Amino acid sequence: MSRADAVALAYLAAIVAFILALRFLSSPTTAPMGNRIGAAGMVVAVAATFAQEGIHNIPSILIVMAVAAPIGWYAARTVRMTAMPQMVALFNGVGGGAAALVALADFHHVAPEPGRIKADVGISILLSAMIGGISFSGSLVAFAKLQELVSGRPIVYPGQKPLNAALLSAVVAVAIVVLAGPQRQVLVGAVLIGALLFGVLFVLPIGGADMPVVISLLNAFTGLAAAATGFVLHENVLIVSGMLVGASGTLLTMKMGQAMNRSLANVLFGAFGQVTAGPAGTTAAAADGAGVRSTSADDVAVMLAYAKRVVIVPGYGLAVAQAQHDVRALGDLLEARGVDVEYAIHPVAGRMPGHMNVLLAEANVPYPQLKEMDEANPDFPRTDVALVIGANDVVNPDARNNTGSPIYGMPILNVDEAHQVVVLKRSMNPGFAGIDNPLFLNPKTVMLFGDAKASVEHLVAGVKSL
Amino acid sequence: MQTSQIIIELTVLVLAVFVGFEVISKVPTMLHTPLMSGTNAIHGIVLVGAIVVAGLPHQTTWVRIVALVAVALGTMNVVGGFVVTDRMLGMFKRRREPAAETDEQG
Repeated sequence: MSRADAVALAYLAAIVAFILALRFLSSPTTAPMGNRIGAAGMVVAVAATFAQEGIHNIPSILIVMAVAAPIGWYAARTVRMTAMPQMVALFNGVGGGAAALVALADFHHVAPEPGRIKADVGISILLSAMIGGISFSGSLVAFAKLQELVSGRPIVYPGQKPLNAALLSAVVAVAIVVLAGPQRQVLVGAVLIGALLFGVLFVLPIGGADMPVVISLLNAFTGLAAAATGFVLHENVLIVSGMLVGASGTLLTMKMGQAMNRSLANVLFGAFGQVTAGPAGTTAAAADGAGVRSTSADDVAVMLAYAKRVVIVPGYGLAVAQAQHDVRALGDLLEARGVDVEYAIHPVAGRMPGHMNVLLAEANVPYPQLKEMDEANPDFPRTDVALVIGANDVVNPDARNNTGSPIYGMPILNVDEAHQVVVLKRSMNPGFAGIDNPLFLNPKTVMLFGDAKASVEHLVAGVKSL
Repeated sequence: MQTSQIIIELTVLVLAVFVGFEVISKVPTMLHTPLMSGTNAIHGIVLVGAIVVAGLPHQTTWVRIVALVAVALGTMNVVGGFVVTDRMLGMFKRRREPAAETDEQG
């Protein structure tokens, strides 16, 4: 067996490890082991790469890795769970950037060859540069939005869509020129810079509430960029791993779109949640609070303590207020009194797919209590109190009933089927998408205004004193 | 007739997509965030490509710098991705731990 074959077999082992890692993610009990198998596969793949024939500069590569690894490790150990979407966006960008740079460096390597670059290699290099570039800059903008370095609101200006389309066409045109004739590195550089610019312009008009979709999509992009790099270097391990990620990102993007009942095009180009947008046909519910019943924490505490079954519906407001630990404390107190407590989690609760589950798991909520939407909905009619904390659009009955509502058709948690509904909310301001919510006017509903954390603390104190 | 390399690679790509959809559709919603950070770590495989390019002989200084930056980015991607996923998955517990972390009140 030649050295090249041995390396290829090692890569095959890595591929198997990655697939097992994803397979083991089907259950929280096997997932940690799966992740370690995946990491071991990565170690094998990297070691095999160094064993390839004709790898030079090994000392300088190792030094760079030795410097970079602790940075990644430190960031991963210290990031707060609420900041996970930013972290994932950042890693997406870093991976996309690496793919683009690999393409750039490899183009330089193959360019001086006599005759034209083979079409397959040329196309792959340009795809890797373009997708990697878009993923890099787009992820950085998503990061900046999530970190609130720039406004989470959609940033729109006249002529935005034509401009973006023109830019993308120009980038593609230059790429074709590179393929057809003058293989100037300057032109490849221009493709990369154009792609970087497009990445920025493409994410800017997308609102903060649509971030779960954007992050999933950028995840898919980075996977595709990695796969394209695999075609450049003729490495199957890159092609397979990249496409596994591409499939994952695509699937999540589709699921998020379904959970919001919106097409990908609408998410990307609709600039949902603009301040100026006056969504037509919403119930002209009183934003001034007329018809809304406000209550005190002590009343709610009594209601919860004497209920048989309480379902907590957490939204992003809970995460923003860092109230997940207090909510868990409240849940524990109620359980100690014999109340049946569950958490109903909408797929887009949070800023990335599955985010709320991680936040509650971090707060030490046992995962069997975390119910997905389809599992939670049939049980609302036999629920005494639905406690909605910092969620709005995902419990808006207009999505079911009002054909004129912008969110009509979006699957929601049917909290209005519970015997009583308590909504913890900062104020009567409409939610992120700027849409009225008739749930707040429902006779079953009482509102507890204030900061989510402070309100939950009051509830904890209230239940304790009973 | 010899099958050209690009066709073999395309075959691998298509099969990988089907495998990807198959395994990932079995991941519950609850674990979608670890799925994203885990796949994030997996696309860190570009590190392999970065090492190959950085290891090419007879480079100009410019290419060497670009390739080494790619190595640095890839390394951060891999290490950070797997570590953060491990940390997250460690939080999912079936039962409450007896020595639960202290309440963050007061």
